[in-house]
Amino acid sequence: MEATRKVSIVPDGPAVAHAAGRNPGTPLELDLVRSVRVNRSAAERRAATLTTRRTVKKEWQAAWLLRAITCIDLTTLASDDTPGNVIRLCSKARHPVRGELLEALGVSHLGITTGAVCVYHALVPTAVQALAGSTIPVAAVSTGFPAGLSPLESRIAEVHASVGAGATEIDIVVTRAHVLTGNWQALYDEVRAFRDACGAAHMKTILGTGDLATLTNVGRASMVAMMAGSDFIKTSTGKESVNATLPVGLVMTRMIREYHEQTGHEVGFKPAGGIRTSKQALEWMALMKEELGERWMRADLFRIGASTLLTDIERQLEHAVTGRYSAGHRHPMV
Amino acid sequence: MATVAQIFETMEYGPAPESDNVVREWLTRHGGGFGHFVGGKWTRPGSRAESFDVINPATGKLLARMAQGTSRDVDAAVAAARAAHGPWSALAGHARARHLYALARAVQKHARFLSVLESMDNGKSIRETRDIDIPLVARHFYHHAGWAQLLESEFPGYGSVGVVGQIIPWNFPLLMLAWKVAPALAAGNTVVMKPAEFTPLTALAFAEIAQEAGLPPGVFNIVNGDGTTGAALVDHADVDKIAFTGSTEVGRIIRKATAGSGKKLSLELGGKSPFIVFEDADLDSVVEGVVDAIWFNQGQVCCAGSRLLAQEGIAERLTTKLRARMEKLRVGSPLDKAVDMGAIVAPVQLERIRGLVEQGVAEGSTMWQPSWACPTEGSFYPPTLFTNVSPAATIAQVEIFGPVLVSMTFRTPSEAVQLANNTPYGLASSVWTENINLALDIAPKIKAGVVWINSTNLFDAAAGFGGYRESGFGREGGREGMYEYMQSSVTKPRSSVVGRQSSAHTDASDARSDGRGAPPNNQNTIATDGEHHPSGATDIEIARDGADDQRLTIGELSMPAIDRTPKLFIGGKQARPDSGYSRRVRSADGRVVGEVGEGNRKDIRNAVEAAHAASAWSHATGHNRAQILYYVAENLAARREEFARRIDEMTGRGLEPARAEVEASISRLFTYAAWADKYDGAVHSVPIRGVALAMNEPIGVIGIAAPEEFPLLGLVSLIAPALSTGNTVIVIPSEAYPLAAIDFYGVLETSDVPAGVINIVTGPKDALAKVLAEHDDVDAVWYAGNATGAKAVELASASNMKRTWVETEGRDWLSAREGEGREYLREATQVKNIWIPYGE
Repeated sequence: MEATRKVSIVPDGPAVAHAAGRNPGTPLELDLVRSVRVNRSAAERRAATLTTRRTVKKEWQAAWLLRAITCIDLTTLASDDTPGNVIRLCSKARHPVRGELLEALGVSHLGITTGAVCVYHALVPTAVQALAGSTIPVAAVSTGFPAGLSPLESRIAEVHASVGAGATEIDIVVTRAHVLTGNWQALYDEVRAFRDACGAAHMKTILGTGDLATLTNVGRASMVAMMAGSDFIKTSTGKESVNATLPVGLVMTRMIREYHEQTGHEVGFKPAGGIRTSKQALEWMALMKEELGERWMRADLFRIGASTLLTDIERQLEHAVTGRYSAGHRHPMV
Repeated sequence: MATVAQIFETMEYGPAPESDNVVREWLTRHGGGFGHFVGGKWTRPGSRAESFDVINPATGKLLARMAQGTSRDVDAAVAAARAAHGPWSALAGHARARHLYALARAVQKHARFLSVLESMDNGKSIRETRDIDIPLVARHFYHHAGWAQLLESEFPGYGSVGVVGQIIPWNFPLLMLAWKVAPALAAGNTVVMKPAEFTPLTALAFAEIAQEAGLPPGVFNIVNGDGTTGAALVDHADVDKIAFTGSTEVGRIIRKATAGSGKKLSLELGGKSPFIVFEDADLDSVVEGVVDAIWFNQGQVCCAGSRLLAQEGIAERLTTKLRARMEKLRVGSPLDKAVDMGAIVAPVQLERIRGLVEQGVAEGSTMWQPSWACPTEGSFYPPTLFTNVSPAATIAQVEIFGPVLVSMTFRTPSEAVQLANNTPYGLASSVWTENINLALDIAPKIKAGVVWINSTNLFDAAAGFGGYRESGFGREGGREGMYEYMQSSVTKPRSSVVGRQSSAHTDASDARSDGRGAPPNNQNTIATDGEHHPSGATDIEIARDGADDQRLTIGELSMPAIDRTPKLFIGGKQARPDSGYSRRVRSADGRVVGEVGEGNRKDIRNAVEAAHAASAWSHATGHNRAQILYYVAENLAARREEFARRIDEMTGRGLEPARAEVEASISRLFTYAAWADKYDGAVHSVPIRGVALAMNEPIGVIGIAAPEEFPLLGLVSLIAPALSTGNTVIVIPSEAYPLAAIDFYGVLETSDVPAGVINIVTGPKDALAKVLAEHDDVDAVWYAGNATGAKAVELASASNMKRTWVETEGRDWLSAREGEGREYLREATQVKNIWIPYGE
């Protein structure tokens, strides 16, 4: 992946870091998009060895797992979701770890909650109500999730509706065909339109990487999504046959770094789908630290889309406290 | 100690130590000292005075004491190996396969123990020993269990070499052991191993494991010690082959020490491998490639990509990315599971690295190191990047063997190749581009035994590894590696060579063979320039050109012959010898039958230049080369009677045998014309998504000293395989019977052989062969002649580590089994492995 020239995609040229606030996006720079090249074998090799080069143990592992919790978009996206299970989810988001474990780890004062709760539009009001009084945002999947193939007007309307219902984060899906046909302008326009519809709500753009066929496509789609003003780029809906994989994450984080170097804008990253174990969570965090740095290990720039992951983290935290292996049923269910 | 709450804020890495308990118990069990492993038994560790210390480079603390091997110890080990060789080599391939399989399994069973021990002994990170070194060790034994199984069917006509002395380096102690021991044992050899004195422990652990696994006593022996022990092994009269991995400097010493001994030799030496980045490469992946190239094993890797060559347009961007990446590398305790780099093997190596870096700065290059500090205890050195490096800088030329990368830029693909090849070494290289046309265009142009496309430092037992040029010769791994540990049944056993230093080759005119190899017979020769002495071929005289006796009596002709002035054949032209002298050629019964030019070193120089100028020959298609060889055969056939008469006239062997020689020569040319488009490479089955192409590449310019007997067939038998595979040659014909070669250039001239592809220099064979062997721009020398000349060639070849192929016993050139075939083609080529991972 390489920009062969420094493209000035913001009027005042490449800015330094700390552009305050959100990514405003840039005009579509097709040269930059097309110059993105990813060597798959090399990227896979890096992804494979990254996890063997880094590990955290004992207190470090506990601290990293607690941080992981604060980055979880605790999610339920099932066709049989009801207010009942969403309320339970929200309660878990407020109290993700048993109090005595937090006590034992000396972190009660940190006020650890998950990063957000993520639901379908229909459950947004339930979640907003259940989380009232907390700082936990409600995220809605939107724009014809998961395929994104309903009419554009209705997809835009869906964003408006969810924002109106109180969602402060919108997870949009893109038309994968635009990527597969190289129609970067159409992709850019679509994401731009959603971003406009989001208004103050933060937008996470789901690329559906499992559908994109090549890592180069993932890289180019990432770049276009950021140019179009995404606050986050996100791997998957969880409904594709291939979910978040480390090579895909590697490519997306490298694009975020590239975009940041070029524009000064910080764009967040959200892997989602298939992340179920503490070990996986730690691997994704190591990826963030290695490729983007500690700045990208906080909830404003890093989320993990997950549900059962939380239970596994709780078990590991209990093990950190007691030295005994824990059982899932000892922790309040999600 | 940081609290969980504090770490929650900083998101730092913490310690992640691998336990060393099991290794410590093992060391304690051995009382902290080790002897040698000979004939399946451990010798006593010996007194402190006779031993040396093995230190953990990460801590500076003592790990064990090691007996220093004496020549007596080497004698005992070689004797044990010799005793074991008969039964071991007599085992069926399947039986040896079972042994190797057991070794592979045993290594796997003790994988973590070996990983931890290796890390402590060498200082490399536990991640590398655990994920790379030890798995590759097991893989090597598995792969070669397979070769043992297939030996009889896949290598008919080949047998083991005998007792093999192996000397391995400290950078991949157990892996280098496996690379050497596995093929040696598979082929039926027995081994005396001398591990590096810095890192002997895993070899000793391996000996224990092998013993438990049931390897018969004496098959594998270890003598510990430093260079003097290694020298004793190299010099040992009863060792049949030396395999060495280490520095080019020591490789040169070994080449000289074994010269003339008849010992088979393979050398895997130093490198200064180029890492070429084109502007369309995936630069973020390139950065990780660089990490794996030069910061793998702290850069103490013979094939480390230590010269970064970046296309000018992206060089600045790349080094910016590299510096950012270097900030994130972690150096620390090798047993920490989350470090990228461990310790440098020993203080002396650390000092060498420091010295070279200082020199780099002093010579004006820009040095950059990350902001963080290395541990102060133990031998650590940070990753280091040099920019503004010129090819003339010391750090751009010498092998640093440390975590130091030098970067340079290029403008065009051809300049990249020039820079890449601008080194005496030729071990490995790495090429990064997303353009397959470019990648596959560049790979064959790089003078290196391994080319990694968009990757680096990939190794596997199925793919050969080894160098071009001064990076040594021989391959380890794959089918090509097996040949290093076998010998053709055609090759005369070494025992028949050793101790016959002055013995002559078989001469067709045996009446005169007594004088061969004797001191120059000054009665019949005149030294022309004080530099060389004709080697005593008694019937050759040297006469000043234009001096008396111009009239030659040829045959029974009554008319005076029309004078012919045979010349040298250089660059497609007949050239007068620089010396201005000619030498007479006499017939079997003493008549003068002609004259040939008296070639000297300047003629050789000119011929080498002509041979290089003809390098396009290597790019000619196999079909083209075949056509020309066929044409040579056709034109030779048209003059067969003339050649037969000439041979008979010189040798007195009789017209019928001479005709047979000509017919055999025509057939031989056909053989290699046939081979020209059939000596295929291979696609190795390596465990990646991709291919490893094993390409048979011509060695380059080959100097050939043709056999004395069979003046035409001997010459044709050696030049034809060289030409068939794309080499260009300088050939010194039979000294006693050079006229057939002179007549032969007439054939070449009518056969469309491009100028410079074959150059013929007549004259004193041994003296001219020595000039060829000393010439740094000659890539190989083949010598058929006497033991003294053979030794001189091997000695002189050390100057640029050129490949040599010497034989002092006459072959049966008339036989197709001895006189032609794959063995010749193998000598004429070297295998380049090109790794091409793919996937979009």
